[in-house]
Amino acid sequence: MGEPARLLDSGEIRRAVTRIAHEILERNKGAARVVLVGIAARGDDLARRLATEIARIEDHQVPVGVLDITFYRDDIGMRAEAPEVHETRIPFDITGRRVVLVDDVLFTGRTIRAALDALVDFGRPQAIQLAVLVDRGHRELPIRADFVGKNVPTRMDEDVRVLLREVDGEDGVVVVEKGETREREPA
Amino acid sequence: MPERTIFRGIRLVDPASCHDGLTDVLVEDEGVSAVGDAVVAPAGTEVVDAGGLVMAPGLVDLHAHLREPGFEHKETVETGSRAAAAGGYTAICAMPNTEPVTDNLAVIAEVRNLADKAGLCDVHPAGAITRNLEGSSLTDIGEMAQAGVRLFTDDHRCVQSSRVMRLALEYAKAFDVVIAQHAQDDGLTEGWQMHEGYYSALLGLTGAPAEAEEVIVARDVALARLTGGRLHITHVSAAGTVDLMQQARERGLRVSSDVTPHHLTLCDQDLVHYDTNLRVNPPLRSEEHRDALRKGLVGGTLDAIATDHAPHALEDKEQEFDQAPPGTTGLETALAVILTELVEPGLLDLLRAIELLSSRPARILRLEEQGGPILPGRAANLTVFDPDAEWTVGERPFASMAVNSAFGGRRLKGRVLHTMLRGRFTVRDGEPVW
Amino acid sequence: MIKHLLSINQLSDRDILRILDTAESFREVGTRVIKKVPALRGRTVVNLFFENSTRTRISFELAAKRLSADVINFSTSGSSVSKGESLKDTALTLQAMGADAIVIRHASSGAPHTLSRWVSASVLNAGDGTHEHPTQALLDLFTIREHIPSFEGLRIAIVGDVRHSRVARSLTFAMRIMGGEVTLVGPPTLIPPEAAGWGAEVSHDLDAVLPKLDVCYMLRVQRERQRQQYFPSVREYSRLFGLTRSRVRGLPEHALIMHPGPMNRGVEIASDVADLPRAVISDQVTNGIAVRMSLLYLVLGGGRASSSEEDSERSEPEVA
Repeated sequence: MGEPARLLDSGEIRRAVTRIAHEILERNKGAARVVLVGIAARGDDLARRLATEIARIEDHQVPVGVLDITFYRDDIGMRAEAPEVHETRIPFDITGRRVVLVDDVLFTGRTIRAALDALVDFGRPQAIQLAVLVDRGHRELPIRADFVGKNVPTRMDEDVRVLLREVDGEDGVVVVEKGETREREPA
Repeated sequence: MPERTIFRGIRLVDPASCHDGLTDVLVEDEGVSAVGDAVVAPAGTEVVDAGGLVMAPGLVDLHAHLREPGFEHKETVETGSRAAAAGGYTAICAMPNTEPVTDNLAVIAEVRNLADKAGLCDVHPAGAITRNLEGSSLTDIGEMAQAGVRLFTDDHRCVQSSRVMRLALEYAKAFDVVIAQHAQDDGLTEGWQMHEGYYSALLGLTGAPAEAEEVIVARDVALARLTGGRLHITHVSAAGTVDLMQQARERGLRVSSDVTPHHLTLCDQDLVHYDTNLRVNPPLRSEEHRDALRKGLVGGTLDAIATDHAPHALEDKEQEFDQAPPGTTGLETALAVILTELVEPGLLDLLRAIELLSSRPARILRLEEQGGPILPGRAANLTVFDPDAEWTVGERPFASMAVNSAFGGRRLKGRVLHTMLRGRFTVRDGEPVW
Repeated sequence: MIKHLLSINQLSDRDILRILDTAESFREVGTRVIKKVPALRGRTVVNLFFENSTRTRISFELAAKRLSADVINFSTSGSSVSKGESLKDTALTLQAMGADAIVIRHASSGAPHTLSRWVSASVLNAGDGTHEHPTQALLDLFTIREHIPSFEGLRIAIVGDVRHSRVARSLTFAMRIMGGEVTLVGPPTLIPPEAAGWGAEVSHDLDAVLPKLDVCYMLRVQRERQRQQYFPSVREYSRLFGLTRSRVRGLPEHALIMHPGPMNRGVEIASDVADLPRAVISDQVTNGIAVRMSLLYLVLGGGRASSSEEDSERSEPEVA
């Protein structure tokens, strides 16, 4: 396997996050009703970065939750082992709030479908929006993102990996051949 | 025209004549007519090429449950006789826990009739010691003894009352019959499911301590001393029993005992999967007990190997462990198990093994025609087996009606090819003749 | 993960930690507005109870329902003699109905082992005779871990009728797997001498054991045992082995008091002791649901019985 192609470097990620933060504030007319819910493993780290950015712009701390969508997956029982479960922590009421779901990569849309199902079990938000760092196409469900860091055309046999300081020690987005797996497959 | 068969160059293993060597054996009609080198057979004699095969006196079982009358869904006298023949047996002692109980001449006669009709194996019904196996009043031991019953037992029930046991031993002296005890103290074995020890504690099964056997054996040996009666302890399972029998023998008491192939080879840790075919009575004990039984057998303290053939219907055994009745079949596997587990590893030589499976039990039952010696003029009750043939238990259908073998799936060495009852093949070339 | 849960001894320390960690997530589900996730939608869980045990059955039922599985309760409290159908026929019936998991409670030790040979469904032991009660041990560990983070070197006494207790067996095995130190306490008639082979200490003096404990686990004493003469009288039993207020003073400050329920207040545990804050008995009940959800999820969330490892590799995990 050759050197993975780098789609975004750390500066580009930083600028993308800043831009999305601005867009979220614009779309929601400020931060007052906004809450962020990151999808576990990297989505939550991105959500915290967005919250920091929003606080810098608006001087308002938006609540951040983390959501694990394992129990809502549509492939439970199709693999040998039950998928690993991660922490879910949404320590605030989402009813009547404008929830921005945050994930690293948007792919088939199945993760987001699961996340939407999960979210409504926590309450009835006024609206749910979706922010992703990378949209790589190949949707299998009628789902689109409201805020996108970068659109990247990819092949099905490629894998898009988002690396974040918090978990990977560095920032970057790379394309690799499919094969090596990560805890949660990108979707 | 007489029927004649000659076994050429067979290894004759005959403990009663202390013979173990290659020879020819000529069988004419019901009897052996010649044994020796280069026996001249008259024209028309069927010749069995017996190279590599072993001939032994037909095996004799002191302890088999044939279930008839009363439990014909488990086994009948006929199917039990088939199992016996298939396993190389020519005489078996049928246990009295039938329905009605074999505690009177009528049932004795019925079992004998059924056995004669089957004609595959001599069946000697044992009589009950007490009426209906209730442990309180003696059966008509004298009448049954005069009718030829050789052994009395309340098997699977142990005679708990010391007084009743004393009287049985005393009374039976007049008839030279043996009183056989299934030694198990009721108070120490209430609700038991397996041997009491590490594995019963681990598996949460109610244990029966080995001492429950020992206390009865100790008492009965004392009663044998008191009465001078003939005591037989059947299916010995506890190390302590071996010691007690040894002491009794040293004191010159008229005691004997037998042990089963499964107690000699299996132990309590085999129960970890709750296999009901391994639930037997008395229970499989720990390795230490098993090793003591082997030592007792090899050293001559234990007199015989008996099967405790205990057939059960499939639905009886396909139950929760504590609800499945105890017992394993044994007639069709005993010889091979002993050959594989005791003779092959060198614990017993073949002559001793045959003595334990045939000659000694025949002597305990006073069966003149059984257990050898295989000499001219003697009845031709024989078995011929291939000591090297390997087979897997259960791969061929059992001759018994039951399939509850504790050895199911085991690879064994030693297969019965011919069994002959008074000169007539009951098994020939490994196939049943019925 | 395992297919059947018949005995704690099937599990490694890693298996146990995975069950407990997954249970943490399920405890969070219990705090949501909608306490239910679709993880086992379309799966059928049968509660096959041959012994009355409302609390265990309800706990499993709630666990399965919160995972969106279909639940069938099949209770037959009749004795073995009076029950018309054999265990085998019941098993084959459930098999034919397409059960994915069978939770079995039975008075016969080993009945779950036997059942597992007859069905392709996963079999979960919800208590068999005097053998084991593995889910109870797992929920006990979960409850202990809420207060004491590591099991390594943790000291627990299990007090009472160890001989007849399936809870004691499972908990002893589980604690030993996790590196805890177990002391079994009770009259010699109620502790099998072979228990030493489980890696546990045995003591007949509760007062001597109390000061070194992290957990004091009281077993239910059945009055039937007194009738069977395992101890001379209930009064003597509770004097020697009952956890009274004054005995609690012998326990270290941090030590937990546990009981698998139902309690005989005034026999093995004094009523006021059972109500102390350090008595985490109702937490045990609450945690039972999350732990059983975790088990059902881990056992049923993987491939069906037929799917081999090869299959799972081929089916590219098409995510979420």
